[in-house]
Amino acid sequence: MVLVLALGDLHVPHRAADLPPKFKSMLVPGKIQHIICTGNLCIKEIHDYLKTICPDLHIVRGEFDEDARYPETKTLTIGQFKLGLCHGHQVIPWGDLESLAMLQRQLDVDILVTGHTHQFTAYKHEGGVVINPGSATGAYSSINQDVNPSFVLMDIDGLRVVVYVYELIDGEVKVDKIDFKKTSTSNSAP
Amino acid sequence: MRRLGGGVEDEEKWLAEGIAGIQHNAFFMHRALDANNLREVLKYSALMLSELRTSKLSPQRYYDLYMRAFDQLRQLEIFFKDESRHGLPVVDLYELVQHAGNILPRMYLLCTVGSVYIKSKQAPSKDVLKDLVEMCRGVQHPIRGLFLRSYLAQVSRDKLPEIGSDYEGDANTVMDAVEFVLQNFTEMNKLWVRIQHQGPGTVRERQEKERNELRDLVGKNLHVLGQIEGVDLDMYKETVLPRILEQVVNGKDELAQYYLMECIIQVFPDEYHLQTLETLLAACTQLMPTVDTKIVLTQLMDRLSNYAASSPDVLHEFLQVEAFAKLNNAIGKVIDTQLEMPIVGAMTLFVSLLTFALRVHPDRLDYVDQVLGACVVKLSSVPKLEDARAMKQVVALLSAPLEKYNDIVTALTLSNYPRVMDHLDDGTNKVMAMLIIQSIMKNNSCISTADKVEVLFELIKGLIKDLDGNATEELDEEDFQEEQNSVARLINMLDNEEPEEMIKIIYVVRKHIMTGGTRRLPFTIPPLVFSALRLVRQLESQSGDITGEDVQATPRRIFQILNQTIEVLSSVPRPELALRLYLQCAEAASDCDLEPVAYEFFTQAFILYEEEIADSKAQVTAIHLIVGTLQRINVFGVENRDTLTHKATGYSARLLKKPDQCRAVYACSHLFWVDDDDLDGIKDGERALLCLRRALRIANAAQQMANATRGSSGPVTLFVEILNKYIYFYEKGNPHITPSDIQSLIELINTEMQSDNNNGNTRRTHSDPFFTSTLRYIRFQKQKGGLIGDKYDLIKL
Repeated sequence: MVLVLALGDLHVPHRAADLPPKFKSMLVPGKIQHIICTGNLCIKEIHDYLKTICPDLHIVRGEFDEDARYPETKTLTIGQFKLGLCHGHQVIPWGDLESLAMLQRQLDVDILVTGHTHQFTAYKHEGGVVINPGSATGAYSSINQDVNPSFVLMDIDGLRVVVYVYELIDGEVKVDKIDFKKTSTSNSAP
Repeated sequence: MRRLGGGVEDEEKWLAEGIAGIQHNAFFMHRALDANNLREVLKYSALMLSELRTSKLSPQRYYDLYMRAFDQLRQLEIFFKDESRHGLPVVDLYELVQHAGNILPRMYLLCTVGSVYIKSKQAPSKDVLKDLVEMCRGVQHPIRGLFLRSYLAQVSRDKLPEIGSDYEGDANTVMDAVEFVLQNFTEMNKLWVRIQHQGPGTVRERQEKERNELRDLVGKNLHVLGQIEGVDLDMYKETVLPRILEQVVNGKDELAQYYLMECIIQVFPDEYHLQTLETLLAACTQLMPTVDTKIVLTQLMDRLSNYAASSPDVLHEFLQVEAFAKLNNAIGKVIDTQLEMPIVGAMTLFVSLLTFALRVHPDRLDYVDQVLGACVVKLSSVPKLEDARAMKQVVALLSAPLEKYNDIVTALTLSNYPRVMDHLDDGTNKVMAMLIIQSIMKNNSCISTADKVEVLFELIKGLIKDLDGNATEELDEEDFQEEQNSVARLINMLDNEEPEEMIKIIYVVRKHIMTGGTRRLPFTIPPLVFSALRLVRQLESQSGDITGEDVQATPRRIFQILNQTIEVLSSVPRPELALRLYLQCAEAASDCDLEPVAYEFFTQAFILYEEEIADSKAQVTAIHLIVGTLQRINVFGVENRDTLTHKATGYSARLLKKPDQCRAVYACSHLFWVDDDDLDGIKDGERALLCLRRALRIANAAQQMANATRGSSGPVTLFVEILNKYIYFYEKGNPHITPSDIQSLIELINTEMQSDNNNGNTRRTHSDPFFTSTLRYIRFQKQKGGLIGDKYDLIKL
């Protein structure tokens, strides 16, 4: 059982002062093995804060990030799964599933995690799963009119990943979960 | 009191001699006791007690000696009590021991017999005690006198005519007990004070220390007074306290004053202090200037604060005696009269008083403001506050209301708060400003009126702009960023649901941050922009317009402010940030159906792109942002849309690197095809395809360049990407894309990959899986059946 925290689009301090207190109290150091972050933190203080929750932090560049050295895309393997990470402003039309599916094929990953739309989605398509953890602070978005703070916790266990989404709606944290199973152990070409 | 020279070893020797003397005579005394020989007993006990006549010992060692004698005197008392052993009535015994030669042994014996006398009840307790306490006057040597009177206090303790004791006599019993203890105390204090410091520095220090060791002997009397049954508030007020204070003040002795004031505060009940507050405080103002009155007053206030916290009923007592006003006055007097008191001392007092006010009268903001006001007055009397410790106290003073109220808004109503802050130096001012912001963040406070925002920003002005003489260059870059990010975060905490109030807030914030200078604007402008955009969205979602000439909060007006504000940013210069903000505004304007406004924002964005953004990587991102935004906007009429898309595609094709060009151009294909079920989106299949073809040409050119320059073909990934886009539009129903287009593209890719092989290059692994999975997708779609399946069936693999 490997716990992976996926979050992004915090937009601190441009659009939000901080993570919601209810989220902060849930994100306890030592419980999570990996963090993947879709970008737009935007400042080093948030980077440092995430590092205290888990030192294995993977992050890609959002268009408002202060640190220009984050990569545009990143791939990593966790257990049996190959994960791809990209902020998503590079994929036009923004939020379009088919275009994201193309990126997924290109990166050759089972799970693609992107952001930018500030809208949680978890979608299974022919090539794999696309997950958008939304905005962890519920930051303003030109794309999404009604943003609730949200983040995703993935429990990777063998060929199965359970995606838990935590959303702050009207002051209460609501949890939902979705199951995905991988069909084969290897995707690499012969 | 002078002691003859000699060091510690000499003292040890004398002590040993004294103890030997006591033991020697005690031995004979015990023999006499066994024989019931009164004469011998008296003889040897007197000799034994003579050892206490020494003046060579320090208090610590005299105490050792005294304790030895004390133990022996207990035996003696038992003997005296038993008339059958010595045959003398106690009255006669009392008379007999007065014949002892030297006064000190005489007095010890008398006290011992006196104890028995009182116990026998053959005379009123008060008479005997009065007699004893007066006769002790015969011993005027400070150390000897103190220990003698201490002995008297010890043996008399259980024989005081208190209420409920066996020794209660006529009506004035308690008063007699009080009188006795007060008199003993008075005499002891006089003796104690008389030990004056003489001699050179190190000797004086030792003498001071020794004096200190004696203090509990004196203080014990106060403890006794505190414990006497029947001493009520009136008696305390009329007799006990005045007499004690008389001693304290008139003694004019720094050590005594400090110790005794502390004693009084600790020994007597808090409600007594409350009721005698004025008297007590008056005494405090009369203490010697070298006494640390601050600590005394702080102790008093702490005790009273705890008392107030113990029960809510107590509070009205505080109000009744006007405790706060009295304390305030007393502190003011102390600060005014003690001119040598350094500023840090005054500040410490104010902190204590403020703490008291916050604990006892938390709802009385006027008290808090008074303390701050007094502080301002004091600070104004010094030219410039430079003492770091004093500064720390002022920060503590300002932080206390923040911590107490957990709500910066309350602190903002204190009129003297900003005035105190004005007296801080620039560095400390900023520290305080950061504390204020942290308090807001910690408590999740929301500042919701323009007036309060105005006050707040005045308070934190050290962070907002360069104050006179302040050099921001001195500040560490990281610290500066942390500061400014805090201000940025703060801006997110300013909110009001009422649009008219919110826009006022926005104006106030804007006014202040515009004074910040080019270093600060990149931090402070973005959060202001997004605050404004949130307001716009709120206005749009409200059904029905609030119209009227006075209405300030309209999307149009807000966009005007935004335009002017972001303009400032591009001249900092921060063109990339400004471009992003313009695009955000453009989309917001589109949502409001304001076509000219949206167009204007796009124009500004393009100008920045053309003139200010030269870095090729930055250009790639910028173009994608422009295209991505434009793709979503539906407010434009045909002409405007054409102009903008033409510009976007043009710039896409002119990016520096060919792969970047290719990608940007095929991204532009989406500008001509908006797949939105709700709206009548543009679906210009031909122009979309034109983009794809153009992208293909660029990809081909890229391959040729790679062949020419490196002797091997470049990656086929661009072709696969374009293939994916062809499939995308084909599936969406673009009539201009045929299955054969797709087939030939697949063939092209295969060919490119083969030639790669033929050249002996290992196949680029990253395009293989991409191509493979793309083909896999096509096959998957074929199997779907229905319209999709049919479509895909037409593609031959």
